[in-house]
Amino acid sequence: MTDSKIRLGADIGGTFTDVVLETGSGAFSTKVLTTYDAPERAIVEGMLQVCARAGIAPADIGQIIHGTTLATNALIERRGAKTALVTTEGFRDVIEMRTESRFEQYDLNMVLPEPLLPRQMRFTVPERIDADGGILIPLDEDAVAETADRIAATGAESIAIGLLHSYLNPDHERRVAAILGERMPDVMLSLSCEVSPQMREYERFNTAIANAYVKPQMKSYLGRLREKMRDQGAVCDIFLMHSGGGIISLESAAEFPVRLVESGPAGGAVFAAHIAARHGLDRVLSFDMGGTTAKICLIRDGAPKTARVFEVARSYRFKKGSGMPISIPVIDMVEIGAGGGSLAHVDGMRQIRVGPESAGSEPGPACYARGGTRPAVTDADLVLGRLDPDGFAGGTMTLDAGASDTALVTHLGETLDMDGPTAAFGLSEVVDENMANAARVHAVENGEDLAGYTMIAFGGAAPLHAGRLCEKLGITRLLVPPGAGVGSAIGFLRAPFSFEATRSVYMRLDDLDTAKVTDLLSELQREATAFVRGCDATAEISAEYKAYMRYAGQGWEIPIELSPADAEAPDADTFRRLFDAAYVRLFSRTVAGLDIEITLWSVNAATTVPPVDPVKSLARSGEASKSGTREIFDPARSAFRTAQVVRRADIATGQTVEGPAAITEDETTIIVPSSRRAIRQSDGCIDITAKE
Amino acid sequence: MADKRSTVALQIMWNRLISVVEEQAQALIRTAFSPSVREAGDLSAGVYDADGRMLAQAVTGTPGHVNAMADAVAHFIRRIGPDNIHEGDVYLTNDPWEGTGHLHDFTVVTPSFHNGALVGFFACTAHVVDVGGRGFGADANSVYEEGLYIPIMKFADRGTVDQTLLGIVRGNVRQPDQLVGDLYALANCNEIGHRRLSAMMDEFALGDLTEIATFIFDNSRRATLDRIAALPRRSAAGEMTIDGFSAPITMKVRLDVQADRIVVDFDGTSGLDAKGINCPFVYAKAYACYALKCAIAPEVPNNAASLAPFEVTAPEDCIVNARHPAPVALRHIVGHFVPDAVYAALDQILPDVVPAEGAGCLCNFQMSVRPGHGAPQGARRAEVLTFNSGGSGARPTVDGLNATAFPSGVMTMPVEATEHAGPVVIWRKELRPDSGGAGEHRGGLGQYMEVGARDGYIFDLSAMLDRVDHPARGRHGGANGAPTTIAQDDGTAMRGKGKQPVPYGGRVAMAFPGGGGYGAPKDRAPERVKRDLARGYISPWTAAEVYGLEADDIEAALAAAARGEDV
Repeated sequence: MTDSKIRLGADIGGTFTDVVLETGSGAFSTKVLTTYDAPERAIVEGMLQVCARAGIAPADIGQIIHGTTLATNALIERRGAKTALVTTEGFRDVIEMRTESRFEQYDLNMVLPEPLLPRQMRFTVPERIDADGGILIPLDEDAVAETADRIAATGAESIAIGLLHSYLNPDHERRVAAILGERMPDVMLSLSCEVSPQMREYERFNTAIANAYVKPQMKSYLGRLREKMRDQGAVCDIFLMHSGGGIISLESAAEFPVRLVESGPAGGAVFAAHIAARHGLDRVLSFDMGGTTAKICLIRDGAPKTARVFEVARSYRFKKGSGMPISIPVIDMVEIGAGGGSLAHVDGMRQIRVGPESAGSEPGPACYARGGTRPAVTDADLVLGRLDPDGFAGGTMTLDAGASDTALVTHLGETLDMDGPTAAFGLSEVVDENMANAARVHAVENGEDLAGYTMIAFGGAAPLHAGRLCEKLGITRLLVPPGAGVGSAIGFLRAPFSFEATRSVYMRLDDLDTAKVTDLLSELQREATAFVRGCDATAEISAEYKAYMRYAGQGWEIPIELSPADAEAPDADTFRRLFDAAYVRLFSRTVAGLDIEITLWSVNAATTVPPVDPVKSLARSGEASKSGTREIFDPARSAFRTAQVVRRADIATGQTVEGPAAITEDETTIIVPSSRRAIRQSDGCIDITAKE
Repeated sequence: MADKRSTVALQIMWNRLISVVEEQAQALIRTAFSPSVREAGDLSAGVYDADGRMLAQAVTGTPGHVNAMADAVAHFIRRIGPDNIHEGDVYLTNDPWEGTGHLHDFTVVTPSFHNGALVGFFACTAHVVDVGGRGFGADANSVYEEGLYIPIMKFADRGTVDQTLLGIVRGNVRQPDQLVGDLYALANCNEIGHRRLSAMMDEFALGDLTEIATFIFDNSRRATLDRIAALPRRSAAGEMTIDGFSAPITMKVRLDVQADRIVVDFDGTSGLDAKGINCPFVYAKAYACYALKCAIAPEVPNNAASLAPFEVTAPEDCIVNARHPAPVALRHIVGHFVPDAVYAALDQILPDVVPAEGAGCLCNFQMSVRPGHGAPQGARRAEVLTFNSGGSGARPTVDGLNATAFPSGVMTMPVEATEHAGPVVIWRKELRPDSGGAGEHRGGLGQYMEVGARDGYIFDLSAMLDRVDHPARGRHGGANGAPTTIAQDDGTAMRGKGKQPVPYGGRVAMAFPGGGGYGAPKDRAPERVKRDLARGYISPWTAAEVYGLEADDIEAALAAAARGEDV
């Protein structure tokens, strides 16, 4: 018998599949190696493990929430289905011509990434819609039929349809779909007006193509997953985490699999947002650092910042512009090549550079003694005393500090005339500065100042570096939650059912058509709510309205949140006031005398999340007892200092640990700098603040 | 060890300054009104020490601002006067010779004070919508016709914006609100940079930027000089010819690699053109430096010291050293060809590094649209400027880039966005097969564009195209790229440059040039030829006649393409 209180979260990552079970009375988690040939196998295995530990049967599970990098990997590794594009005559090469610019200005040998579809899989038909949605050239249906036959000859399994201005007038795309469907009943279709109804053809076409490209694979995988879970008796509904931080039904996910891209990191952001809400924090920077990358996300008022477009599969050292754009609602994150395995070298200006090249797990950093000879971030952490050579991975692995020192001296020290610890300090400062710079630029792009923010750190390498990052960013409070190793999977269980519907419709505030706005927003609201209702028949559903505004003539819109009352009775003066306030917050002053235009409207429908149990800040109740001391380098003071070592399990609620200190646990070590003090909160979070 | 640790701190500060100017540039992109800034990335931003020496510059779409920006702040200090610089001041100019090459670029400089002392400057430049005059195009006979000219002066004095200046600006331009909006955006982005710099100085307890400046300059100079020292000490000469406006232009370059510098001289280059494609020296110098940096020291960040070893000279009143009052609005056309001219010489000194010639200048055109008979109610005039690219030249080991700009780095606008900017229709924008010069490595493909006005409108097209008569030359046996063509859809010929009327209902069809090939076509790997054929980058005729592909292979490649296979 299913029990709605029993919920399972499963996150398929590149190396591990994380499974978390919450039973209402306890939580159980496990990590299973990802099984690439049949990813559902690892989930089944993980589910059986946690069920056994919890003493329940899979049949008892009331709900399964799943997130996966499979769609992302298919895009990065180009392992999607044979896919065709049907587009407007004259525009065959939109996804190949991109922005017609180079993302690396000084590299004469720069190579552009190949488009998802080669030119021979891109077909054109005569038709044309104008910028007002009117028809300039009617669709040539005979040509569509003839194109269908040519596509059929290629054996394509999936077809994307992307026509100019279809976000304004979808009639031609729908008609093309109907004709293709008649002639090729088994082929899967992805319409750009449905996948991503937004202006800007490169982004829209590419998103529709990406959807089509991963659809056969994802549809088949999700079908198999449901079957295998049922075979084990888990008959409950399965839902999917989407990149925007909400949950959708398995059927919607199979239809729009591109929305699953980045679902794992989105789970991590939701995890951090939940902790933020629990602690009553309105401004949070989530910091997730693993083996190869670090991800940074801003969380305001308990909700992660979202964006409308992002880039996947960056081909050039994580360089902006070297990937492909996907325009879907997404949690706005910066990802940089900085992780425990990131490798360091000295460049032509005798500067230490770190990443994005990574040692991975094989051979791994030099200290793993598996053949790695170049210094990685983990080597620096070891030499600086942050890691205990004997206590790594719960004591299952011994690290070789001598190998780290040799790697640091050979690759950095000899050129720069530095000893091992100084080279380690340099390496560590550079990687921390890289992450701090990424966080600063991200904050500026969002009009935020990080002073007054709290950091929430998770992922294996984050607690080692979070303290220093806070010092660099002027952040005075840091939380390291328990369960940080499976944060994304826990996040899945905290996310609401949600769906965002969007439409590009131009309007000037000077002649705002209020009736049209009301109609548009209620149509979007119905569309979004219907999706959510499909997941949950009874829950209360709330809607968030946004209008994307800018001064007429600008190129970047600012999302402006509208209240339900504004949506029902739109008023140009109110809109103007809201825009002015947001503009001042971002760019310090408004520009007089200019009209404001709205380019895009969105409605996000979501089930309301149950209120969190607030965590009360505790009074200090004495110091936790230490298990020993060791010398740890303090970068703020450029010197080694004797630090206490405390086991996380030994810290009782309310107890404190004075920096400098290392708080150890199986998966990671939390470094408390000299300038900071830690206290264990009642929910198990280690709360690190600046000493007064 | 303490010294070494402070070295680490200095490296961190250098990284921070580079991040600060990137933030400064981002803020400008977000707030600018000019489409060339916000959509195309035509801007730059930098931070300077108190003597006006550039410490760091954002990497943006405009290498043409590299040196121009580096020199600009020194002009500002001299013109404003060191004693007249106060906290809260903001300065500006659009002087083509002391800014970045034409009146459409406004440069704004802000002194940065920390704890009451002048510690440095922030500068930024943006290409604005309009500066009055004839409008953006090549047709002026002198700079006086090209628009409003603002010498270096104060935009704000101790925090107070000069309303008289704003009044004059507003009264002289077609879109005053947007221009004034852009000026504020420029001032704001400097302010953001200044705040970050102050925070950094607090964090590292700095009183001034002397130590960090010395560190940046020493390391950059040494890295650049190491690269130059590794080159053969030789001289070489190269030249190339382009269409020009009134008459073809020949650029002559002499390169001289010395122990501690590279000297570039343009002696022998054609004289001024009567129309506005002349290039102020700062802009040509910037592109000459950019070309050399790409080939010799690409990873060294731009600053006063890393640029100093590249010395550029040109005789006065040749087309790359146009003096006041020559018309210079489209100085980018000549400027964008400077790297190809420099590479003609550099290839002889440094083999197997530089590409073949490419499309060179951006393939831009502006449509001036006005209501005709049958225009809808309330129809208005509109100016629609588009940025487009031909193919880049093939490289020694890889093909050229299709429809991608070099040396400029600006982006094209989405067709859907362009059609919202005015009553125009882009009927075609796609790759141009067979336009890439044949070679062991093929030149990048150019592109086709076909444009018209919406029903009820009529338009003039202001063309800014070159390579009509002078296609991109191949290198080392590579063939030339295809030339530019431009004509009306009824076949009426048009010129590559200048404003030209199009009759009601007419369209303009353009084919933008391909890049030159590198190495002999016979040496191209047959797999690459088959792939190009399957993709339709080349025709079966080219595959057979130029590359010598066997008939069986051609048939097989075409059959594979019909099956949708990427061969």
